Amino acid sequence: MEEVRLLDKNGLRVDGRRLDELRPLKLEVGILDKADGSAYIEHGKNKILAAVYGPREAQPRHIALADRAVLRCRYHMAPFSTEERKSPAPSRRELELSKVIREALEPSIMSEYFPRATIDIFIEVLQADAGTRCAGITAASLALADAGIPMRELVAGCAAGKVEGKVVLDLSDLEDKKGDADLPVAFMPKSNVIGLLQMDGSMTEDEFKQALDMAVDACRRIYEMQREALRQKYHLVKEESEAKEEAPAPEVKQ
Amino acid sequence: MSLTHQHSPVAKLEQRTVVDIIAKGKRLDERGTQDYRPLTITLGIIEKANGSAQVYLGKTKVVAGVKVEIGTPFQDTPNEGILTVNAEFVPMASPTFEAGPPDENSIELARVVDRGIRESKAIDLSKLCIDPGKKVFMVFVDIYILDHDGNLIDAAGMAALGALVSAKMHEFDVKNGAPVFKDKIMPLPMKNYPIAITATKIENSIILDPSLEEEQVMTCRLTVTTDKDDRVVAMQKGGLGVLTPDEAKQIVSTAISKSRDLRSKILSKVN
Repeated sequence: MEEVRLLDKNGLRVDGRRLDELRPLKLEVGILDKADGSAYIEHGKNKILAAVYGPREAQPRHIALADRAVLRCRYHMAPFSTEERKSPAPSRRELELSKVIREALEPSIMSEYFPRATIDIFIEVLQADAGTRCAGITAASLALADAGIPMRELVAGCAAGKVEGKVVLDLSDLEDKKGDADLPVAFMPKSNVIGLLQMDGSMTEDEFKQALDMAVDACRRIYEMQREALRQKYHLVKEESEAKEEAPAPEVKQ
Repeated sequence: MSLTHQHSPVAKLEQRTVVDIIAKGKRLDERGTQDYRPLTITLGIIEKANGSAQVYLGKTKVVAGVKVEIGTPFQDTPNEGILTVNAEFVPMASPTFEAGPPDENSIELARVVDRGIRESKAIDLSKLCIDPGKKVFMVFVDIYILDHDGNLIDAAGMAALGALVSAKMHEFDVKNGAPVFKDKIMPLPMKNYPIAITATKIENSIILDPSLEEEQVMTCRLTVTTDKDDRVVAMQKGGLGVLTPDEAKQIVSTAISKSRDLRSKILSKVN
């Protein structure tokens, strides 16, 4: 098999990034009309939509919990999101990711305010480029905020990993496939806690520590971008409402 | 779709008892916080399987079987055999298990065990190729949970490893793209021995090998799988709670040292 070089002689990565550099991120809040909350993320070539419905009455009724809302989460990849067509039926991977994403977001939500209700989170990966679960969490957390659901904090996601023996941040698709390890993390910066932590590959204890610190630091940066994205949307809303107030009152015909 | 489960049906008072005793650094069954329950491993209990292992971890009982069959390789790995791990949470094992297709818990367990075996390169899959691109051996690891008294991932991981190290197949030559089996028996080509250690956080204490009643009051868990060279090969956080980065680092360190005992215990059973 052809040897793929993932680092060049200057120590830069295949897409020209430094070891601890994030791919370009774009976040948008409130882009769907029907959902109670929604967000869109572009992270590298990842293009992911997240939507939130709820809190709404739990259906079917037997899933309702007496002391808190049931959180439901579906992570799904579009058939056209990958190189080869992916069957639209949920795979075992998607079922596992739906679970770990739910467990990453659930600690951030004050679900005890909504007994007998559900809060539904839908994540659709339109284009996948490594790190979809982390980008999905970043978007879903924004969608939850956009839906006005009481939250302790925003959750930001980012992976670190290892290529050619070096710990690197935010693996690209090629690095994920050919690299030595992948460590997806979801983190809440203000409370300094991890909601999602997975790993596959091979790392020493020291490499793990270094990679975890790198991913956590990146989550802090992404968290600031999330706040900015919310500010962008709600700042505009505020300006609009202020503009309306300032407009002269329509003349009343005598 | 993944959804929040019903609370465990443990009385609040009992939950409090478990939490309080762990906060004092003790446990209901008088183990230390980092101690495993008595572990019994029996290899080769199913004669019709290529390999098998039964693991008793306290009252938790898990059986794993390995079957080796012939199949078609994946397109991106034409020269390699195939590993498949599946887990069945059979309804006899717990009042909360139901018959039917695998739910997210059994899928998660199977995938965590799978990652440990795959990422540590435990099986030398390149030695299981018959005709490149056309025919390879497929190794099926099927995990059966028979009695659920907590810490299923660790018990399942050890059962899977035990079944793999005990697995035997006929030596073979390849003629015209088909295997010709000889009488001589060989073990599966094993290169590494992954062990999964799951740490469970209960309020602010971290314990190993939780029993079911301890698991029912957990904040969250973190599974760390390490290989024979003390390298971390797989991790999985589960549960609705959260961990600090320092706790995660501490757990990795604990897992590395703890896994050595368990690994040598399994390997000592291989004759």
